[in-house]
Amino acid sequence: MLPTFYYLCLSFVLFVIGTAGVLLRRNALIVLMGIELQLNAGNLAMLAFSRQLGDEKGHAFAFLIIALAAAEAAVGLAILVSLFRARQTINLDEASLMKR
Amino acid sequence: MNAAESFNLRLIPLLPFLGATILILFGRRMKRGTVVAIAAGAIAAAAFLAFTAFFQYLPETAEHGGLRDVVWKWIEAGNLSIDLAFRMDALSGLLCLIITFIGFLIHLYAAGYMEHDPDYARFFAYLNLFCGSMLVLVLGDSMPVMFVGWEGVGLCSYLLIGFWYTETANASAGKKAFITNRIGDFGFLIGMFLLFQATGTLRFSEIGALATTGSALAAPYWLGMPMAFWVGLFLFIGATGKSAQLPLYVWLPDAMAGPTPVSALIHAATMVTAGVYMVARLHTLYMLAPVVLAIVAIVGAATAMFAAIIGFAQNDFKKVLAYSTVSQLGFMFVGVGTGNFTSGVFHLYTHAFFKAGLFLCAGSIMHAMSGSGDITKMGGLRKRTPWTHAVFLVCWLAICGVPIFSGFFSKDAIVAGAFATDIYPESLKWVGPLVGTMLLLAALGTSFYMSRLYFLVFTGPSRADHETQHHIHESPSIMVGPLVVLAIGAGLGGLVGVPGGLFGHPEWNVLGEWLSHSVGPEMEVPHNTEMLFMGISTALALGGIFLAQAFYGGGYREPAKKFAAAVPGLVKLAQDKFRVDELYNAVIIRPLRVLSQALFQFVDRVLIDQLLVGGAAAVTDVLGRISRALQAGDGQRYMAAFAIGAAALVFFATRPTLPSELKVNVSGTTVTVDASRTGRQSARGLTYAFDFDDDGRAEVTGTSPEARYTYERGGEHTIRVTVTDPRWHTESHIKSKVELGGQN
Repeated sequence: MLPTFYYLCLSFVLFVIGTAGVLLRRNALIVLMGIELQLNAGNLAMLAFSRQLGDEKGHAFAFLIIALAAAEAAVGLAILVSLFRARQTINLDEASLMKR
Repeated sequence: MNAAESFNLRLIPLLPFLGATILILFGRRMKRGTVVAIAAGAIAAAAFLAFTAFFQYLPETAEHGGLRDVVWKWIEAGNLSIDLAFRMDALSGLLCLIITFIGFLIHLYAAGYMEHDPDYARFFAYLNLFCGSMLVLVLGDSMPVMFVGWEGVGLCSYLLIGFWYTETANASAGKKAFITNRIGDFGFLIGMFLLFQATGTLRFSEIGALATTGSALAAPYWLGMPMAFWVGLFLFIGATGKSAQLPLYVWLPDAMAGPTPVSALIHAATMVTAGVYMVARLHTLYMLAPVVLAIVAIVGAATAMFAAIIGFAQNDFKKVLAYSTVSQLGFMFVGVGTGNFTSGVFHLYTHAFFKAGLFLCAGSIMHAMSGSGDITKMGGLRKRTPWTHAVFLVCWLAICGVPIFSGFFSKDAIVAGAFATDIYPESLKWVGPLVGTMLLLAALGTSFYMSRLYFLVFTGPSRADHETQHHIHESPSIMVGPLVVLAIGAGLGGLVGVPGGLFGHPEWNVLGEWLSHSVGPEMEVPHNTEMLFMGISTALALGGIFLAQAFYGGGYREPAKKFAAAVPGLVKLAQDKFRVDELYNAVIIRPLRVLSQALFQFVDRVLIDQLLVGGAAAVTDVLGRISRALQAGDGQRYMAAFAIGAAALVFFATRPTLPSELKVNVSGTTVTVDASRTGRQSARGLTYAFDFDDDGRAEVTGTSPEARYTYERGGEHTIRVTVTDPRWHTESHIKSKVELGGQN
């Protein structure tokens, strides 16, 4: 059995990649993909601890997070579609209405 | 409880207040007749009640302090307890009669005098308000209640002086009166506070009882003077403001800007005598401090002379009377200041009649002269206004002090009392004769300037222009009626205070009898002194009249012209009122303005506007600029900030921790340190380093949070404990001092 440490390392790497995607990319689709990566990095850590501790609660959490990720993707994509309809772009730099 | 004890004294001031309220709220829509009916009716009812109380109920209770009516408990704080209560004894009762009776007459007169004024209702509302306040002043059972009335009459005085407020001069005369009075009121307040500090009560009856030689009032307070001196002095400063004495008299002549009935009621008969009333009210207190009484007497005498001299040269009817009022108030203060309280109040009473009469005559004359009060343009009015002339004649003889007329008795009582007084300490014996002599001179002056006024106005040919002459007429009967009543009072009012002792009938002095319940027995004046000064007073009164006749009989005569030509500077100086206003302007007002301007420029403009207000704005501005940069409107940047924050939280939350204070156990030079946190499971795998002498090198290291160490010497040491998490290389540390016994 692989040590939990390795799972956590992978989880960490995935999370960093996801965070970088969220923070640095300007394409809204890529940002959504980054969020998925972050969520799944969390899932991985949950499952790793769950296995190490022999506790099934981690699995329950992971399922909840998957459901949440699906909902988030649906809503996020819907927002993107209406953004594109309104402004003909999905570049986040151009969606800075909060400033004005 | 008998009828006397349950008498509702509160109704006496309440009725005029009620009248004022109605007139202020609805007066504008009322007919003139209704307005007068309400205003005069309120005063008439108050007068009726006052007379009833005075003649029917007061005699039963006079021996034990008079009528008392508690409305409610007004202030209760600590050991200060003040009732809103009214009290009528002989003194306040007499004042009450004067106020309501003369007030009623003047209301009637004003109904005619103000007939053509558009602000009829407002005038009567103020007049009623004044009467109510004045009644509160005299009936007040304690200093604070009196002070309410004191301020109330000041307010009404201000409102009525500036009644025709569209003229700037009138408005500023009102302000001058108010501000000058405020200066005095400041003294009054301080006096009141000191009094409370010394006696713990502000009720007149209790003050009177406490003012004994052994009390706190008689104890030295400051500069070796007794408390009573300071209380009396500060209260007297209040009196100089209200009663127009040196140095605060300047507002009264200017107050003549108000309508004439106001001058008669407020600025001659009632309000301005409040200071005299107050001193008489607190006579027991003042008797404890003869020195302050000497000051009162000297100020009074100086004012009496000074104002009389200014009166010589004034050419405005009302201004002459105004200075005459200032002068007569000086007489009253000499009366009370020589311990002769009865005579001061007696003069207050006679003066109320003859001066109100004189002012109302002035109003009647000005009415006839198309509103002008310039006596250089009058003359020969005896035949044209016979009733006014007759009244003026009586009042004139009264103020000059011609025998039988009221002023003679009261003035003589004051002068004789001044010479006979024995209340002053040995070193101040000279005060009595001094003020007496000054008063004799002032009496001569009074007689002269009043006669000048009489001769210039009523005798000789008229000096008015043709147009004005054509309009001269006697006033309507509603104005003449009150005049006649006042003339009767001025003529015969003195008979209640005849010095009957001279003729072996002390009971003739009804007034003295009455007042003795309130202000103590009348001063004993030796009979021959009394006779002597009666003679001298009469001679001076007649002398002044004859001198004036020589100067002004039938118009400006040769001697008057010669005199004016001989000393033009002096005449001019007196005409300019000795430039006291200019002096105050230069010494007080101008520096005050410069100071205010400087304060305004520096404190207001620079300190507050620029530094405080501007500074606060600048700080917010800078902070705003900085924080604006943070609000980029870019969701990704916000997320980055959030991520950094989350990371920081994780870092701080997972750091190894130490207790906020080390548990150190000392025995001899051996120290045991426990760095574990109580109530918390300590994380595994932490490394503790104990540096017992804080030199950077740890003496004990290990995974245990406890360590023991023995010092080589005693004294003070600093222990530094560092805890490290070897996996993440995070650490924290704590320092603690330990004091060891034993030798160094």
